[in-house]
Amino acid sequence: MLRDRFFKFGLKLAGGLIALLIFSIFVSLVIASIPSIKEFGLSFVFGKEWNPVEEHFSALPFIIGTLLTSVLALAISLPFSLAIAFFSGEFSKKGLISSLIAYATDLLAGIPSVIYGFWGLFFLVPLIRKLELSFNIPPYGVGIFTASLVLSIMIIPYASSMARDVIALVPSDLKEAGFALGSTRLEVIKKVIFPYSVSGIFAGLLLAFGRAIGETMAVTMVIGNANRIPHSLFEPANTLASVIANEFTEATSDIHLSSLIYLGLILFIITFFINYIGNMIIERMSVNGRS
Amino acid sequence: MGEVKLRILKDRIFTFIIYLLTFLSVIPLFAILFSLVKKGLGVINLNFFITLPKPPPDAGGILNALVGTFLLVLIASIVSIPIGIVAGLFLVETRNRFANMLRVLINVLQGLPSIVIGIIAYLWVVKPMGGFSALSGGIALGIMMLPMVVKSTEETIKLIPYTLREASYALGADYFTTIFKVVLPAGISGILNGILLGIARIAGETAPLLFTAFGNPYLNFNPAKPVDSLPLLIFNYAMSPYERWQNAAWGASFVLIAFVLLINIGVKLGGRRWRVKL
Amino acid sequence: MESEIIKIRDFSAGYGQNFVLKNINLSFEKNKVTAIMGPSGCGKSTLIRCINRMHELNLDAIHKGDILFNGKSVFETNPILLRKKIGMVFQRPNPFPTMSIYDNVIAGYRLNGIKLSKKEFDLIVEDSLKKAFLWEEVKDNLHKKGTFLSGGQQQRLCIARAMAVNPDVLLLDEPTSALDPKATAMIEELIVELKKTVTIILVTHNRTQAARVSDFTVFLYLGELIEYGSTETIFTTPKNPKTEEYLIGKFG
Repeated sequence: MLRDRFFKFGLKLAGGLIALLIFSIFVSLVIASIPSIKEFGLSFVFGKEWNPVEEHFSALPFIIGTLLTSVLALAISLPFSLAIAFFSGEFSKKGLISSLIAYATDLLAGIPSVIYGFWGLFFLVPLIRKLELSFNIPPYGVGIFTASLVLSIMIIPYASSMARDVIALVPSDLKEAGFALGSTRLEVIKKVIFPYSVSGIFAGLLLAFGRAIGETMAVTMVIGNANRIPHSLFEPANTLASVIANEFTEATSDIHLSSLIYLGLILFIITFFINYIGNMIIERMSVNGRS
Repeated sequence: MGEVKLRILKDRIFTFIIYLLTFLSVIPLFAILFSLVKKGLGVINLNFFITLPKPPPDAGGILNALVGTFLLVLIASIVSIPIGIVAGLFLVETRNRFANMLRVLINVLQGLPSIVIGIIAYLWVVKPMGGFSALSGGIALGIMMLPMVVKSTEETIKLIPYTLREASYALGADYFTTIFKVVLPAGISGILNGILLGIARIAGETAPLLFTAFGNPYLNFNPAKPVDSLPLLIFNYAMSPYERWQNAAWGASFVLIAFVLLINIGVKLGGRRWRVKL
Repeated sequence: MESEIIKIRDFSAGYGQNFVLKNINLSFEKNKVTAIMGPSGCGKSTLIRCINRMHELNLDAIHKGDILFNGKSVFETNPILLRKKIGMVFQRPNPFPTMSIYDNVIAGYRLNGIKLSKKEFDLIVEDSLKKAFLWEEVKDNLHKKGTFLSGGQQQRLCIARAMAVNPDVLLLDEPTSALDPKATAMIEELIVELKKTVTIILVTHNRTQAARVSDFTVFLYLGELIEYGSTETIFTTPKNPKTEEYLIGKFG
């Protein structure tokens, strides 16, 4: 029937539109970055200076800031994320405590970024400042370490729920075989569950890392916004996302705006590949797990 | 026997560490909720909801932000829900390489930094329109909500038994009717849950609004003009030097969190209550 | 030969390159119950799904030969019109979960956009539910969801739904395989009653069910028609040794 043919065409159209949307995002970013790409070329990525007054722009301080905060956040959150994943995936699958934990992590995931930043600013920053004073470090309070701390709290629910889903894919007869041989739970986790799910857990951490890299508001509010390469974890800095958030509306010259969009393009490319690889691994795992 | 005891001891220690780390990781949640209740609840009264901001040192209310958030969520829903549902159906109905690629692309879209989406809405809407607007902010939020609508539609419809469609075809219904009168109604609660969770998420987004919706201390219903939103107001007030503004930011945070949590809890409870029994 | 409502002529069907049904020639008598039996995988379901063209919903479905319904090829009939004349009931009861009992019965009208007055619908609902032996059990709960009924009640609701559009033929695809013995007995009684109004083609893997309710029996094996005749003949004096082996339970 004619209506069915139109409808089926409509389905394809919607699918195609979304693919087109993602493609156009990339193309638009490239086009809007062209003035900056022309001016600074690839050396934009490795240059050390970001100076809006002299209109000299380069990305290295922010790339370093982004990597430092994200790696540190991932490192801090890792033991907690894995603990929650094993707790809810293996130790306490049902019952009041595990559903409370599941609820709590759901809520943590639902708290808006700006509230994390706000809380970090008024609760963590003074705390870090005291800490810095007692270690005789300049007491900024804000800085890379503070941002990492807030970020790590934010990605725990994400990383743990990804890891838990992967652990749930481990066939239970494999685990039971392990227990039947007299293994303790620790040994089953180490020898059966972990080897089976390691690539999925890796993918989950990768995706959490991608989240951390792109996270904007919470970081912007506690990182101190300094456009230079940081020399210590307790110094103020900026990430790719936070400098865009800070300067976009204040950019007066076209080249400044274009350079900020260039930073956005770099951010897009990094997170695109991280998400692509992470999702491919998980897609493949869940297909294997089903068959 | 000593070796077995050692193994059991190791297992106990490991179990203890897992429990300890798990409980430690929910502490921030309570710390945040405690701060919000302690500092936010005191600011909240009827006036807080129905008045506009005042110049410092006063703070006034958040009516502008409430209206703005509503407007933004409305635009985002119009942008994302219809195409998201249709695209979700496409993913259920299609088994080929394009559909597999699209599934990954949609996950990638969901993982894109919100600030990048903000830049895109700026380039696509703010620049051509010549100014900041609710429309551009709503479109940015709509792009963020889109993957959630697609995925919840796909996951829900996938679970509807094929026999229901057969029953409909056997009665002489065509494909269109079968989808709209049989399949979608059976999956409506799941799709609705996905939409609600999507709304809860975008209602708290700030970054994509910084240079699209921009913020506006006055009441505005016009989609072509800038509007404020709760998270934008929280950001601006939190970074301000005025104590009353900061307090208002706590109050607004409390309102925002209450909204998000209510949707989450509502979806959990309502999902059970309203799910279509198959 | 007016009594033969459906004629299957040199008909083969299957998926991709494989024919599941091979060169079937068969006729179905009007207002009789014809049982199609055979071990699983013999093509029983495929055969009846070809009669109302449901088979073609599979993307890689293939067929050759012809099926005549009232003298006209089904493949030259619009499938939507065809399915209104040839109703179908499936293995598992599948009432529409979002519709009430009432709406389920008239779903054939609603889904096809046919509007009748409330009175006319009321009559159709009552009549169809009575035909399906369900009226007495549900008449006070017509606006409850169909999915709250028991399995056997749900299956009778599906029969009422199929009967509501006044079909000439009713295809039953193992309608009792998901039901308990008591519900099965009720459906069997119903089948015998229904043949007054419609021609029934019943796919079953239950040998005694075929013996209990059918007038004619078809025995399929590996996609081929092995034997066809009156149920009595098939069950008492089968001509083909394969039929006998099947009936005494040597396979499938």
